[in-house]
Amino acid sequence: MTDLPLFTSVNLLTGFLGSGKTTLLKRLLADPSLADAAVLINEFGETGLDHHLVERIDENMVLLQSGCLCCTVRGELADAIRDLLSKRDRGIVPPFRRLVIESTGLADPFPVLSTLKADPVLRHHFKAGSVIATVDAVNGMRSLDTYLESNRQAAVADRIVVTKTDLVPDTERLIERLRRINPDCAIIDARDPGLSVDALLSDVGRSPGSRSQSASGFYCEESLDLTDAEGNPHSARFRSFSISVDRPVDWTAFGIWLTMLINRYGEQVLRVKGILNLAGEERPVAIHGVQHLVHPPVHMEAWPSADRRSHIVFIVDGLDPGLIKRSFEAFTLVKRAANGGPQREVPDEGPMTVGVGG
Amino acid sequence: MCSLCGILGGNEHWADAVARPGVYTRNTERLDRRRERANRVHAANRVLSCFALSLSDWQGSSYVIANRTGKSEMIEDLGHLWPAAEKMTGRPLDPLDPDLIARMEALHGSDVR
Repeated sequence: MTDLPLFTSVNLLTGFLGSGKTTLLKRLLADPSLADAAVLINEFGETGLDHHLVERIDENMVLLQSGCLCCTVRGELADAIRDLLSKRDRGIVPPFRRLVIESTGLADPFPVLSTLKADPVLRHHFKAGSVIATVDAVNGMRSLDTYLESNRQAAVADRIVVTKTDLVPDTERLIERLRRINPDCAIIDARDPGLSVDALLSDVGRSPGSRSQSASGFYCEESLDLTDAEGNPHSARFRSFSISVDRPVDWTAFGIWLTMLINRYGEQVLRVKGILNLAGEERPVAIHGVQHLVHPPVHMEAWPSADRRSHIVFIVDGLDPGLIKRSFEAFTLVKRAANGGPQREVPDEGPMTVGVGG
Repeated sequence: MCSLCGILGGNEHWADAVARPGVYTRNTERLDRRRERANRVHAANRVLSCFALSLSDWQGSSYVIANRTGKSEMIEDLGHLWPAAEKMTGRPLDPLDPDLIARMEALHGSDVR
């Protein structure tokens, strides 16, 4: 037991109904490197079936059925994980080094992540690992057009596995669409022989061990409008865009700004991910947030390239990229005049009288 | 738990992690910690002043947010700042409000290079 990691990684496997989550899970579990992973399966149906399909029934397999993880059985999720932890500590179940949660197809992935972070016991024993979303090549486009949940799953994922590509080999448009929703995400074909457990489950960007930015880099510079299957502009709700700035960012002011933004628009800021050039710091800092949850920032060891600008990628639902950019710049950038230090004096102009509500 | 204010300790906020590693989370570097806290209070007040609110440090462990009539509330970290501020003003505090952005630009001089 002494070789157990301090924090057990929790990977979330999400994806729309019928998009191949269980098939992927089954394939992953066949890999010897996942022999010591515990699995938690959540099913919406009256009778749980998935755990039979996975063909691995042991003490480390838990099934939460008759309710969706993100709403009705959220408390049960925390209980189930705590139970596993307790059993592991008492030696009742084989020691597991990783926990894989398969959520229902309709689940919003965010509450699972926040459960880990919010629970006073769990947050000292578990850490959020990568989020993997399956999108199937046959119905993926339609799900993205129709279901908000599908878009959210794609936006929150660290890795997207495109499944059923043996049925529809031409996935260019689907991948392009996914890329627009989530520019900084590895998109992997399920048939890819390189699809390994390590590639899928290793922590991205925010692991203190690797201390490097995700290999995928930043894909989009400009704000992109999403289009539907026919190429028409989509309900421009989901947008991804990136902000790049030359001037160093004041970390303290950035913390205040981002907490303010997330307090008001947490549900709509699906992803924030970036690399910041902070005033007074030699090394860059990587930030990573999903809705109301911001992961602890990581001091990176070095800049990934000669580019010393700060880059932040946002994936938002119904927010104006222009306003976010302006707000970010107004709140967080260091004024150059004051010898590189943040501006200090606050003119007392009295409170704002605009936007008075209650 | 602090017996005075009833706040459960050990809740680490993400923004505490970076300023200088360990400044907020370890019991060393007391001067740095004080300095960072003063910095944070100052930065928060730049925004809060737009809503007639102010923040101050409380014993190096919590913060007190107050309005100009003296109504005040104790908060533990940045995660509690904005919900408390909204409760106190009774309206949503929106960082994307163009008037607020203009005000911050004037304060900060975002176009000053």
